[in-house]
Amino acid sequence: MLQVKNLQAQAEGKEILRGINLEVSAGEVHAIMGPNGSGKSTLARVLAGHPEYEVTGGTVLFEGRDLLEMEPDERAREGVFMAFQYPVEIAGVNNAYFLKAALNAKRKHHGQQELDAVEFMALIRERAKALDIEQGMLNRAVNEGFSGGEKKRNEIFQMALLEPKLAILDETDSGLDIDALKIVSHGVNALRSPDRATIVVTHYQRLLNYIVPDYVHVLSAGRIVKSGGKELALELEQKGYGWIEAA
Amino acid sequence: MTQVAEKLHPWVSAAPPVAGPRWLQALRERGTARFRALGFPTVRDEEWRFTNVSPISNGDFRPAGPSPVTLNRLAQFIYGDAAHRLVVVNGRFSPELSRLDGLPQTVRAGSLAGVLHGGQQEDSDLAQEHLGALADVDDRAFAALNTAHLDDGAYVFIADGAVVEDPLQILFVSSPDAGSGAPVSHPRLLVVAGENSQARMVETYVGTGGSYFTNGVTEVVVGEGAVLDHYKVQQESLAAFHIASMHVRAARSSTFSSHSFSLGGKLVRNDAIATLDGQGAEVTLNGLYLADGERLVDNHTTIDHAQPHCPSHEIYKGILGGTARAVFNGKIIVRQDAQKTDAKQTNRALLLTDGALINTKPQLEIFADDVKCTHGAAIGQLDEDALFYLRARGLTQAEARDMLIHAFAGEIIHRVKVEPLRLAIETELYAQLARDLAEIDAA
Repeated sequence: MLQVKNLQAQAEGKEILRGINLEVSAGEVHAIMGPNGSGKSTLARVLAGHPEYEVTGGTVLFEGRDLLEMEPDERAREGVFMAFQYPVEIAGVNNAYFLKAALNAKRKHHGQQELDAVEFMALIRERAKALDIEQGMLNRAVNEGFSGGEKKRNEIFQMALLEPKLAILDETDSGLDIDALKIVSHGVNALRSPDRATIVVTHYQRLLNYIVPDYVHVLSAGRIVKSGGKELALELEQKGYGWIEAA
Repeated sequence: MTQVAEKLHPWVSAAPPVAGPRWLQALRERGTARFRALGFPTVRDEEWRFTNVSPISNGDFRPAGPSPVTLNRLAQFIYGDAAHRLVVVNGRFSPELSRLDGLPQTVRAGSLAGVLHGGQQEDSDLAQEHLGALADVDDRAFAALNTAHLDDGAYVFIADGAVVEDPLQILFVSSPDAGSGAPVSHPRLLVVAGENSQARMVETYVGTGGSYFTNGVTEVVVGEGAVLDHYKVQQESLAAFHIASMHVRAARSSTFSSHSFSLGGKLVRNDAIATLDGQGAEVTLNGLYLADGERLVDNHTTIDHAQPHCPSHEIYKGILGGTARAVFNGKIIVRQDAQKTDAKQTNRALLLTDGALINTKPQLEIFADDVKCTHGAAIGQLDEDALFYLRARGLTQAEARDMLIHAFAGEIIHRVKVEPLRLAIETELYAQLARDLAEIDAA
């Protein structure tokens, strides 16, 4: 599904990714771990097409197509979804209205009929329940005045609605208490299927107790320095990142 | 000096209004004298630093004559079918275009000239008491000029305790007449809302095309405990000059709320001056303006807290494209006695192009010590993070941008409580925006 080859990227003239190689197949969950500043969030944002980053080398293929050639909104409509580390507050844009516009943009792109207000409300009511999203959150402006936990749940809620092929969670666990962590993990696990893939970017092993990865990669100074199975995450938890950076 | 006097001469002697009661003549004379003394403001005048009115002072204007405008032509500017409406064409009240038959008995409204030259004693007395009492001619040249020509326009008198259900629209129209050169009119509106009355009114300024100059003055007296919900829609022709001031006095425990929408005109200056003149009075002055091309929109507001325990609220927002310019000056005065004042002011502008420019200035003059006054200003482009967030969910750059711009304007538009008016404003604003954005996309 996703083939990243020798990906290099910089921001404000500073080199952050120095040759990432990563292959993610449908049905898999990959965890990207690493110390602060290792480039793991940059990798997530580059895949989503954040304009702050400049790709200086390498290739990314998504389902055989050049992902880097696509505008961020085209990536989204094609099925790439990044849950933001810091979801943006958007004053004056109603959350439900925004979700409907996003969902219909995707449906239109894939030649499906757009949902009308009634169909849409029925759908979000069903999906909202599973993520403990209250009606109030839907009627408020996007993320405005949301608590940290509400913002993260709202991200996963969007993901549940948009049903991406490739979901990238950028430190979705940061700042979540254990209850919110369970809700969010449940939302992610509910979407797991043989035709979807997930990349979980996290600093801590804790989230991986709930979203169990098939592969764990450790990033350091813009490169993947170690890959392994889920047990690698536990090892990191016990030993910290020092032994890898030293290696 | 002689030169200036000669240049001003035609503005104040071109059409001496027909005589009337002595007090009215005295009022006009005072306006004439003050206008002669003040002359047109220049950019050296602090209040007019960024707004050069020389296209008006040097322009070839003459008093507007009658115009055969039809109701059909005005249909797009009349909000809702049931509205009571007063229509003033080229400064003259038009009984044919107005609709007052459904007005409740507690509301008297109609031609200002009718009241000034006859009418019921009660109405003449009210006019004499209030006309010119709020609109300061000592320092305001355009208000003085309007007063020099004071003869017609509209009046609305609401009886004590009256609750007026349907909104009342006062429509000021500028329409081409038989003369050559650009017409100028000086419409006047006097509103007196009695004690504990409640009403909703919409003041609309429109043109049927061409270049002209509207120089309006509105005076609003809000009685004790009265609730007045006011809207001003400035939708003049794009070659028009619009200079208007609204002067409000809010008495004890009254609530005055005004929303100004400035959507048309080539050179526009709106002054809104509200005095909180009794304990517990509450005033809201909100505004939304849109300017593109080479247009200029200047909003000057003054909220004068003269008494204690009064809250005031103010949000002004602007959207600018092309090489348009805007000015926002928000003055809040808190007098020495006005303890426990709670005044909030926010001013935001969205610049869609590099060529657009705004000069903005909050101006707090606080003479009391136990008050809460906050103000904030934010000028800039659309938020890049918000744009990316929306795009990351599948909306195109243009869709994301439109959604953010509509949200920006929506904060003010959603506050309009008269639904047909809200729809009309949305339609006009979004149509203009769509044109501006298409132009930006094409460039």
